[in-house]
Amino acid sequence: MSTRTVPIRFQLNGLPVERSIPPERILLDLIRDELRLTGTKRGCDLGTCGCCTVLLDGTPVLSCLTLAARADGRSVTTIEGIMTGGRLHPVQAAFVECGATQCGFCTPGFVLTAVALLRENPHPDRATIVRAISGNLCRCTGYTKIVRAIERASEVAP
Amino acid sequence: MSPGTSPASPYRLLGGRIPYVEGPLKVTGTAEYTDDIHRSGTLVGRVLRSPWAHARILSIDTSEARAVPGVAAIITGEQYPTPFGVLPITHDETMLAVGKVRYIGDMIAAVATIDEPTAERALGKIRIETEPLPEFSDPRTGLTPVPEPIHERGLLGSNIQKQVLQHFGDVDAALARAAVTVRVRGQFAGVTHAFTEPLVTIAEATPDGRLTVWSATQVPHYLHRTLHEVLGIPMHRIRVIKPEVGGGFGGKSDPLPHELACAALSIATGRPVKMLFDREEVFYTNHGRHPTQNDVRIAAEADGTLLAYDIDTIIEGGAWSSFGTVTTYYNGVLAMGPYRVPNFRYRGRRVYTNKPPSGAMRAHGGTNIRYAVEVGLDELAERLAMDPFDLRERNALPPHSTTVNQFRITSTSFKACLRAVRERSGWSSKFRRLPYGQGIGLGCGFYISGSNSPIHFTPKMPQSTVHLKADMDGGIAVHCMQADIGQGSNTLMAAIVAEVLGVDLERVHVQRVDSDVSPIDLGSYSSRVTFMMGNAARRAAEAMRGQLVDAAAGLLGYPAEQLEVVHERIQVRHRPEIGVDFLAALHRAMETRGALQSSGAYTAPPMGGTFKGARAGTAPAYSFAAYVAEVDVDPETGVYRPSRVWAAFDCGRPLNRLAVEGQIEGSIHMGLGQLMGEAMEYRGTRLMNPSLLDYKIPMPGQMPEIEVLLVGEDDPEGPFGAKEAGEGPLVAILPAVANAIYDAVGVRCPTVPITPDRLLKAIDARRAGPRPWKGG
Repeated sequence: MSTRTVPIRFQLNGLPVERSIPPERILLDLIRDELRLTGTKRGCDLGTCGCCTVLLDGTPVLSCLTLAARADGRSVTTIEGIMTGGRLHPVQAAFVECGATQCGFCTPGFVLTAVALLRENPHPDRATIVRAISGNLCRCTGYTKIVRAIERASEVAP
Repeated sequence: MSPGTSPASPYRLLGGRIPYVEGPLKVTGTAEYTDDIHRSGTLVGRVLRSPWAHARILSIDTSEARAVPGVAAIITGEQYPTPFGVLPITHDETMLAVGKVRYIGDMIAAVATIDEPTAERALGKIRIETEPLPEFSDPRTGLTPVPEPIHERGLLGSNIQKQVLQHFGDVDAALARAAVTVRVRGQFAGVTHAFTEPLVTIAEATPDGRLTVWSATQVPHYLHRTLHEVLGIPMHRIRVIKPEVGGGFGGKSDPLPHELACAALSIATGRPVKMLFDREEVFYTNHGRHPTQNDVRIAAEADGTLLAYDIDTIIEGGAWSSFGTVTTYYNGVLAMGPYRVPNFRYRGRRVYTNKPPSGAMRAHGGTNIRYAVEVGLDELAERLAMDPFDLRERNALPPHSTTVNQFRITSTSFKACLRAVRERSGWSSKFRRLPYGQGIGLGCGFYISGSNSPIHFTPKMPQSTVHLKADMDGGIAVHCMQADIGQGSNTLMAAIVAEVLGVDLERVHVQRVDSDVSPIDLGSYSSRVTFMMGNAARRAAEAMRGQLVDAAAGLLGYPAEQLEVVHERIQVRHRPEIGVDFLAALHRAMETRGALQSSGAYTAPPMGGTFKGARAGTAPAYSFAAYVAEVDVDPETGVYRPSRVWAAFDCGRPLNRLAVEGQIEGSIHMGLGQLMGEAMEYRGTRLMNPSLLDYKIPMPGQMPEIEVLLVGEDDPEGPFGAKEAGEGPLVAILPAVANAIYDAVGVRCPTVPITPDRLLKAIDARRAGPRPWKGG
């Protein structure tokens, strides 16, 4: 294993982070284990479940397949950075209202994916929503209430 | 009243749509799961897994591994030889392999190290000498005596772990006089839970002689007991904490060997140890649904009246017993209901193989046999030229009846389920009338609402106990060891307490499961929580309400029996302007005794026959279901897609409609996964697809549109009339879709999963035959 490190600077949920990291460090490990933001979940380590989804410059990425060095000079948003002013984001509020969480382990990934979708397309149709969340697995809900929650969030959006 | 709408609920909260109380924590990443917990000084725990399917261990040399810098402890099986298992009658597991290994992935040794790379290095330096033994990959090869059984306890030197023989009535006579008999021989691949949160445990032995274990478990109490039994520590010195759990579905209900090994490593090192499995290890731990071979004969009279079931089943247990004795019974007895079956014969055999253990998975023991029965009934209706609905209506068990194997049926709204989906799906204009390639099918369900027979070592203890504490701040703390694993049981418990006390839901704080303070509930399995915890919570809250009403009576000068509890207030029934608010009554009650405390408990009433195995499948209530599915089949490729599902379910009174719908929708997802493609795939004894990439669960785009119809009536013994909705909703979807495939293209697929290649073969065979289907 390399002992070389590389310096990185990025915005994490709006605040600056500076770190020296081994170049092979995975973004998920940096976020969860080093920075202790545990809302980003480790579900499969293979990029199949979507539980580790974070936003990189606003785009959903699988942090378990992303080198931490890729965050250099960019902005990373985790589930902890979605509330504003102590209020739930409309997507989060809709997930609560519609019962779109069950065990909740996949929820951060779905919420971030939905937030990114609604930023791009504030009023998506159902097929667009289904396509957008197709990189996230949920074993509890059958996705029904997740899709409904995203629709609900898009209805309340301006 | 149209199906799916409810009569106005007589309750303030219950019967409505109650968002989950922990929802805001889960949508913000604040909810704390086991792997989110950080204890300072934590060591990394890892296990060494067997690359051999069946081998005798001649020696294990850990000396080189111990010399690796950063290794704090290494443990092996002989140090902890006490056998354990979830069922007291089949303790055949050990924490780590003793004497031999029994499957690829079996745990041999465990290490605690300062970091992951050190653990890898240490595991690589453990030297093991083995002698290979014959491998068993097919349960049929273990039915007769074998030279080297996987376990010594196998029946008469075979690999049969459990055999069940039951006969009620006279099946041979019924078969002889039947007008029509159908036979369904089905093969089912094993499937696994695929919960999203991997298995993880943290153990911390502290200098006061205590051990604290945080674990992703759905049955904290059995873990608590097993830690005590295997480690020899008194239960009161062990503290088991259940943080949020990222799904279980049965896969976190056995006490698992890594939970014990993690604790042993912490004791050995005096430091906290965390053991987090990767996804591949989760697949090896398995305990999923048993691979099953069913041979089912169903006999009926010419008018469709059922005469007999004759069932012969082989289920594959893998390396351990786990819940297998129960599964062996369930594969027969859960064929009972929702119909009256006067003659019943069952032979079930569970056979060990050198594969990851099978165990309990959602709708445990009821799924595969239900498929065989419901597909068989579809065939029976066809042979009798009857509508499948009419056949089922004719045979429906009435309320307050007894099955031939002495199950006590109390409430059933099965006929209402049938009527609801028949009408809503537009069945009569579609069945056998849709064009070739499109089909509609019916499948029905029946499941236990809580096992009457607890897996419990002191049967006189209640199956659920709930404690309440109200202090001067006006908050009510609820303690219970029931395990919310996402199904919404914390929300239900809080809502029941709030309903009875008349207070706002936000006053009620459900406390994390912690064996130091949570009274025993047997956990989340057998769809028992709503029924058993719900009754216990209601009783606890009624006891506290009595204390509050007495205090209010003292304040108001009216006798307690003239008072009523309304929203945040206790008032005189005939003079409602005279009353006190909740806080005033609480504070008055506290003047003499301090914080109010109350307790409520539930124990199922005695039931069932007296023959061997009579208690298997007995439950204080049963759920019923009728599902209709519509499916589109491409006859050129065999690819098919369920497009719509109408799901009528009888869970008595649904107490949280949001949660009940969620259970039904999630069950449909899981059932469709098993029907359409999920399979634990083996080459010999080697699991070939231990990842969520190769073991595919349905994706969002594969889900049908679902209409949930809740048509139950109050159950006489359920809390506020409720029954289970966690497992029963799964069983009906598989046969509904299979029968819809038959309606679409005229073929039946006895082998599950029904993959496109299997379906295409059947379609091609039918098309090549003399009787084309619907012109196809």
